[in-house]
Amino acid sequence: MSILVQKEDFNLSDELKLLKTGDGDAGAIISFIGVVRGDSSLKALELEHYPKMTITALEEIKHQALKKWELLDVRIIHRFGYLSLGEQIMMVAVASAHRREAFEAADYIMDFLKSRAPFWKKEHSVDGSNWVNVNPEDEKSLTRW
Amino acid sequence: MKIKVLYFAWLRERIGKSFEEIETEASTIEELVEELRLKEERYIFAFSDLSSVRVALDQTLSSFDASLANSSEVAFFPPMTGG
Repeated sequence: MSILVQKEDFNLSDELKLLKTGDGDAGAIISFIGVVRGDSSLKALELEHYPKMTITALEEIKHQALKKWELLDVRIIHRFGYLSLGEQIMMVAVASAHRREAFEAADYIMDFLKSRAPFWKKEHSVDGSNWVNVNPEDEKSLTRW
Repeated sequence: MKIKVLYFAWLRERIGKSFEEIETEASTIEELVEELRLKEERYIFAFSDLSSVRVALDQTLSSFDASLANSSEVAFFPPMTGG
């Protein structure tokens, strides 16, 4: 069970090797990677966060997921700083006995990471800089759970 | 009472600093926002629409009517856009 908030990039296959799968208990591993999206005018995506709160908020999201589903392991990495088009922003990896709980838990963690983890995105493009607005759908999707 | 106030994203940019120590008489976050608005124009600009401002008390999401008693850190920021 590990949560990392870092500037550096990560390697998914290395991270998956670190995922605890018991002694053959895990029948399913789900991983999700969020990637910087945009058109060629995007120079960089800046991610700011609230260092003192970030880990606590991510721990709480993980804790709620562990209460809802029987999971063998959860790994979350979220980057901050300046990222370029196509770069990895974050990842969630979940291991469980069966696929359904792994899919659902990863989906749940992503939903809460979107609007309950203290990160803010600013797009720097050739036309100027803009803070990314919240997608109202993101808040709505929390009610699914 | 002395309290540390932090600002993130466009609130930080509008106010022009990422944190400050404030001596306050406010008993709730709402009252603290009122005090800040009276300080300078840039705080009025930053806190012009509270529906687009979120607040955390000692690193836990909170609401504007929450009491400041026993808290040492207040953070103001826009809705979060993680993931």
